[in-house]
Order: sequence, then C-alpha cells, then structure tokens
Amino acid sequence: MKVTLRIFRFNPETDSEPYYKDYEIEADPKDRVIDVLHYIKNEIDGTLTFRRSCLHGICGSDGMRINGKNMLACSILLQDLGYSDANKTYKKPIVIEPLPGMPIIKDLVTDFTDFWKKYEAVKPYLITKSPPPERERLQSPEDVELIMEASKCILCACCTTSCPSTWSNEDYLGPAALLKAYRFIFDSRDEATDERLDIIDTPNGIWRCHTIFHCVQACPKEINITWHISKLKQKLVEREI
Amino acid sequence: MIYKFDAVIVGAGGAGLRAALEIPEGYTCAVLTKVYPTRSHTGTAQGGVCAALGNEEEDSWEYHFFDTVKGSDFLGDQDAIEIMCYDAIRAIIELEHMGMPFSRNEKGLIAQRPFGGHTKPKDPNNPFGERVPVKRACFSADRTGHVMLQTLYENCIKRGVQFFPEFFVTDLIVQDNIVRGVVAIEIATGEIHIFHAKTVMFATGGYGRVYRITSNAVVGTGDGFAIAYRRGIPLEDMEFVQFHPTGLWRLGILVSEAARGEGGVLRNKLGERFMEKYAPTIKDLAPRDVISRAMYTEIREGRGIQGPDGTYYLLLDLTHLGPEIINKKLPEITGFARIYLGVDPLKEPIPVQPTTHYAMGGIPTNVDAEVVIDDKGTKVEGFYAAGEVACVSVHGANRLGTNSLLDIIVFGRRGGKKMAEYIKEHDFPPLPKDADEWTRKTVERILNSNGKERVSRIRKELQEIMMDNVSVFRTGEGIKKAIEKIKELKERYQEIKIDDKGKKFNTDLIEAIELGNLLDTAESIAYSALNRTESRGAHYREDYPKRDDQNWLKHTLIYKNEDKEPIIKYKPVVITKIQPMERKY
Ligand SMILES: Cc1cc2nc3c(=O)[nH]c(=O)nc-3n(C[C@H](O)[C@H](O)[C@H](O)COP(=O)(O)OP(=O)(O)OC[C@H]3O[C@@H](n4cnc5c(N)ncnc54)[C@H](O)[C@@H]3O)c2cc1C
Ligand code: SF4
Ligand code: SF4
Ligand code: FES
Repeated sequence: MKVTLRIFRFNPETDSEPYYKDYEIEADPKDRVIDVLHYIKNEIDGTLTFRRSCLHGICGSDGMRINGKNMLACSILLQDLGYSDANKTYKKPIVIEPLPGMPIIKDLVTDFTDFWKKYEAVKPYLITKSPPPERERLQSPEDVELIMEASKCILCACCTTSCPSTWSNEDYLGPAALLKAYRFIFDSRDEATDERLDIIDTPNGIWRCHTIFHCVQACPKEINITWHISKLKQKLVEREI
Repeated sequence: MIYKFDAVIVGAGGAGLRAALEIPEGYTCAVLTKVYPTRSHTGTAQGGVCAALGNEEEDSWEYHFFDTVKGSDFLGDQDAIEIMCYDAIRAIIELEHMGMPFSRNEKGLIAQRPFGGHTKPKDPNNPFGERVPVKRACFSADRTGHVMLQTLYENCIKRGVQFFPEFFVTDLIVQDNIVRGVVAIEIATGEIHIFHAKTVMFATGGYGRVYRITSNAVVGTGDGFAIAYRRGIPLEDMEFVQFHPTGLWRLGILVSEAARGEGGVLRNKLGERFMEKYAPTIKDLAPRDVISRAMYTEIREGRGIQGPDGTYYLLLDLTHLGPEIINKKLPEITGFARIYLGVDPLKEPIPVQPTTHYAMGGIPTNVDAEVVIDDKGTKVEGFYAAGEVACVSVHGANRLGTNSLLDIIVFGRRGGKKMAEYIKEHDFPPLPKDADEWTRKTVERILNSNGKERVSRIRKELQEIMMDNVSVFRTGEGIKKAIEKIKELKERYQEIKIDDKGKKFNTDLIEAIELGNLLDTAESIAYSALNRTESRGAHYREDYPKRDDQNWLKHTLIYKNEDKEPIIKYKPVVITKIQPMERKY
C-alpha cells in the first residue's frame, strides 16, 4: 500500500520554526511505525532524527505522538492505525510528532531533563532502616502482586506528556513520578512511607491529578495509572485520620 | 573539553551500574552511555537470573557449576565458573536487598523456575549420573532484566552516581599498556570530549546487530569490542555466537526460554515435538546451541513451515499451558506475539526461528574483570571489562540461559572493587598528545565524504552475509565468502556519504561510526570462526563436525593487524574439577 507520513521536523541549527514534511512511501500493513521511520531514514532522508533501541516496547526510547495519540513507534503496526489494505493508496497521512509539552531537541527527539528530575524527586529507590536479614526479605505473592503492575513502567513519558494537569502546570509531578512513588510506598519492604507521602502531599503533588484518565489511555504497558494514584490518595486520607 | 575522573565506566547496563556502586565516596566516577541508562539492553532480559537458592527444591551451587561447565562444552574456565556459581547466591540476595521486585512462592521466598541446561542429578548419591531439570532461575514474571536494570539504576541515583547519558564513546586512550581515558561524542551537541581517567571499564554489551535476525537492540553494535580491537587489545573466542532458538519469525524479537521452562514445546510442520529426537532426556530444555541446530536440521529436512515470503519457521506451542500460567508468568512475551504477529498464544502456536542473541566471546579478562592480553595474564593497566563485552570466560562455547544476568552482576561488582583499589593506589597517568585525534579525523572524514555509499546499504549487506554464512551451521567455504565480503564492505565504507552534516543530535553520523564498529567486530568473528576447525558449542563446522579436544581445547585470541589478516594466538582453558566428557542431553 501507499501511505504518506507527515512528520514534524525541526533542526535547531538551520530552522527558525518547526514544520511538517510529507514522505510518500510503499509500506506493508504489518510494518511497525518504527519500521517506516527507519525506512525513511535509511533510504530517503538521513537527517530525520528520532530515538529508538529495543524495537519491542521495553526500553521506552521511542514515545511519540502518532495521529494525535502518544504511543511507542515500535509497538504499533500500521494496520492498528487503520491502514490495512495492501492494495490501497491512503490519502489521509499518518501524522508523527514529538511528545507534547517537552522542549524539542531535534525532530522527534525531546528533552527529558524535567521528566527525570520529577522521577528523582520521589526518591525512586527502596529505603530500609532495619538491618537486612541474611537471606531475602520475605514477601508473599500478594505483596508482590501489589507492586508488579507499577514496576512494569518503562519511563517512556507517554503518560506524563499526555496529562492536561502537566500541560497547565509544569511543576506538577505527573503520573509517571507518582506511579514510581506508589511502587515504593506499596512495597512491603520499604520503610520510608511517611517521607514519601510528604513528597507527594504537596501543592504540585498528587492533588493536581483530576482523574482525567488521559495517562491511562496513553500508557503502552497498559498500566492503570489512575488506579494507583487513587490508592495513594486513599493512603494520604487514611494518614490524615 | 577535558573531564577528569578517577573511574570512567562505559555502559549503564547491569554490568556498568553494578560496578559503579563499588566506587567509594571521595573518588570521582562517571558512567557514560549512548542511551539513557534505563534504555540499556539489560532491560530487555526476560526469563531470569540463576542461583542455586534451593527455594523450590534441593539444589547446590556445585550442580550449577557442573551445568555451566558442560553447557560451555568444556571451554569455560572452571576457576571463573566456580566463582560465579558460588557467588550467585549472595549476589541475588543482595539484589533483593537493593529492592528488586522478584516473583515469590507461597513461602514468601524468591520464586524459581526451570531453564535450559539447568539440571541436577536424579540421584544425589550419583552426581555424574542421569540429570533432571531443576528450578534455579529466579525471576520477576518475564521482566527480570527490566526490574534488575531499574533496581540498579535506582541504587545509583541513591548513591549520587554521575551519569553522562547520550555520550557516545568512540575511542580508548591507551599508551604503553596503560589506559588513560576515553574519547566521547556528546550526542546532543556534537562536541568531542576527552575523559581523562585512572581507570576505565568497558561494559558496553553485545554485537547482535552484526546479523540480520537478532534479539538485540539497535544499539547492540559491538562498539566496545571494536574499539578495544582497534587499539591492539585481543578479542577472545569470537567464533562463539549464540543463536537463541525462539525469536519471533522474521523479526527476531525474543520469546524467552521461560516459555519452555513453563512447559511450552517446539513443533514442526507435522506437529511433532521434534526435540524428543535430539535431546531425549531434557528435550525442549536442552541448551540453545543444541536446539538451534535441531531447528535448522528440521527445516533442511523439509519439516519447517514456509511463510508467504519464502522463509521458514517452526512452532512454539503454549496452547496447553492455559491462561493462568500465560497471563501471570509470561505476559510480556505473549503480548509480543499478539502485537507483532497477530498470534494469540493461548489459541495458536507462535511462529519462531533462531535469532542471534549473545556474544560468548569478548575482551579477555581475569576473574576480577582486569583486561589481560595474552596467555601469561599480562594486564593492560587500569583497563577493565565486564558483562557481555567481556570474556572471563564463564560461558565458553555456549552460554546457559540466565547465566548472563548473573555474570554481569558478579563480575561487574568484582571489577568495580578492583577499580576502587587501583584508583586509591595510583595517580593519573599523563594524557598523550592529540588523544582525540582518531575521533576528530573520523568525524571529519564522514561529514566531508562525498562518496556514493549509504550506511544502511553496507550494514544490510554485512548482516545478510553474516547471517547466511557465519551463523548456526558454518563451512570453511562459506566463512571465506563472508571474509571477502567484509573486506569489500570495508573498502566501500571509506566511500560513504551521510545526509546530516550538522552537529546537534546527528544520529546519521553516530550510525556511520557504529557501522565501522560492526565491520571490525564481524571481521574478528569471521576470522576466528574460519580458524577453528572443529565443532564445539555454538560453533558448528559442517566440514569439521566433531569436537576435537586434542587440538582445540583452547581459547582463541585474535589481534588486529592493521589492514592485513588478523593474527591468531591461543590461551589454555582452566580446568580444575571436571575433565571434558561427551556432551549429551
Ligand atoms: C531479548 C534478550 C533477553 C535476554 N534474556 C536474558 C535472561 O533472561 N537471562 C539472562 O541471564 N540473560 C538474558 N539476556 C542476556 C543479557 O540480558 C545481556 O547479556 C546482559 O544484559 C548484558 O548486560 P551488559 O551490562 O553487559 O550490557 P547492556 O545491558 O547491553 O548495556 C550496554 C551499555 O553500554 C552502553 N554503550 C554501548 N556502546 C557504547 C558506546 N559506544 N558509548 C557509550 N555507551 C555505550 C549502552 O548505552 C548500555 O548502557 C537476554 C538478552 C536479550 C537480548
Ligand atoms: S489521571 Fe491524573 S495524572 Fe492522569 S492524565 Fe489525568 S490528571 Fe494527569
Ligand atoms: S506509566 Fe506507562 S506511559 Fe507512563 S512512563 Fe510508565 S510505561 Fe510510560
Ligand atoms: S524502541 Fe524500545 S520501547 Fe520502542
């Protein structure tokens, strides 16, 4: 089939403004979006710039906006976007843009500095005060179940950059950092619950979340982020009492 | 600019991060990585990391030792294997204490499952008698590497380790056998920097992208191998390339051995469980070299299934496992099958083919990750290597599943400890003049070159020729063809032209430099493979189908020789407890 990719382009060295460039190419409905990006870079225009690594949705490198939604270019096939007829020429382009709300470095590459700052702000590491036992700390399968979903997060920023609260307040911690806070607050081994709750119980913390669910729709790992945020809110309310 | 650090670690996968945690306060340490640390390849590991914890059934590190030696087809160094298997238990408990979220069993202990080649004697009183699979792989669903990488990174954050993400290392500064630092391109700005250091560790991971079908990330371009090789450091046992039996057909994306550990089986066109023929005792849990060869044989003998594009595959059948096991223990990989092939593993078997997976060979080190360049153990002062880029050698001619995640944490730590000692006792060696000359010239040449060759074309031709001639089955003739082609591609590489001439985030340039690394790495693999006229582990020569201990129970060391044929030397295998015997499963 023939499809057109309309790609957001910006080279800080030569362009004063970003623009969109169209590439009409031959593609297979089973191609991933990352495959067609590679095709363009390899065969047509080597200046096209994007991040990628694992190509199967586990490293979190290639979050981008595809037809208006945040997703991983390596985890979506053209046919999943509705381009499924091998004999057709599609008029409607596939629009590819960088993750919204982040500074642009070049083309689809964005600056993650702020994202990592918020990640670090929630103390993303196990804190224990009691001396470790000789063998493993015990955890029941149920204990682990409670943090398994949260620990799937690949830090791709698809959620945080789709969150309206983040757009309106850039200091809001955002869903990815809150999910990381959950990951440790609900880890039965962690001994810094209060410290962590203090970090998220702030004006730019958890209460900025208005449960709009954009983040859940954006998450390529199908993590129910708002469920986790609501558990944190519940925990905070219980602490008040 | 010139940075100065006591310790420079190149690579933020499991090996590099674990090493960084050993650099004591009061000393400076920089971790350079070409992708963000959490994007490193360790994060893709699925199945598990092994240690004879005995949480599910009786087990012992000595059984693990035996399996690893046998799995290596007796080419692994037994002193190193002993250290790794013994230390495994401590290493896993340490990860747990660091916060790694493991799957748990009913007793609240770290859960364990069977994995290829991991066994124990059926009768404990007869340690060399018949063996049965044992539950030794510790795991976190099928995201073991992901949570390991996260946990190690988290601990580095806690420690305040200094990272240089998206810094692409191009060269090692070494003179008079003393390492003095590295050269790196800061990708965001295009600036070339010198990192002056007392110690350097390479923890740069593998080279899967030398081949067309691979489970490895696009960044797995063998940079560490090629840089060391170009700087006169030999590479050990490069002919041993692991092909994992179950890559998703055509894509190479890995379906972990855990799928078979949980009970999945391989089938051919006739629906036969063909591994019963090739490894009667442990069948689908035989080591990877054995199964990959069995699969190629099935396809050659007409029992593969042909796809619409003419290529062949076999089937990995999980349909009998049921939703409980598939959804709880193998969620990621069943997701891959659904997303990429449109196959629901609950209902239909998954099309698979062997995929290039792991580098057994690499930069030669001793058991403390110190780089050694000959058979006498001569060190390169201040230079360390750990993880997949290193060859200790614990994997010999064939690595067992789950032994790499173990290797990286055990030897990453040991290397880090040695670096810590070294930086306390030594001053900074002076930097040579023009330490970044090679990098500057290379960058200039690529940016200004106006040839007619495209990077992607040369890369593709390299990947094709290596896949067709230096993979599961090899012949002298085929390998020679590959060598000729590599020579041709190297010449054409001088004539490349890239589109992006800018400084900032020039991935066109980075890919061009990576291609140079792929070519040098491929050269070392092909020449080593041509030289070894026997079959052992993953290296199978159809023209020399037998293992030949008389002549070949030794490690290959290959040295670059400018533009002439590389030089090959040898190093003995360390044998302590187990004498080579026939390897049957
Ligand atoms: C799909 C898959 C599944 C696997 N599953 C398992 C498993 O279940 N169990 C198991 O034991 N093993 C498994 N393995 C093998 C294991 O994951 C790897 O061998 C291991 O993680 C390698 O770790 P490492 O630290 O050596 O390197 P990596 O994790 O590959 O890290 C390499 C680092 O080096 C950096 N780097 C590379 N080149 C440069 C450069 N030029 N400049 C700057 N930085 C550079 C990269 O950015 C990265 O940070 C699997 C491998 C794959 C591919
Ligand atoms: S649910 Fe909360 S975090 Fe998620 S998008 Fe809405 S406001 Fe943002
Ligand atoms: S929660 Fe989901 S969308 Fe957000 S960073 Fe993690 S994986 Fe990405
Ligand atoms: S390339 Fe790794 S998540 Fe897409």
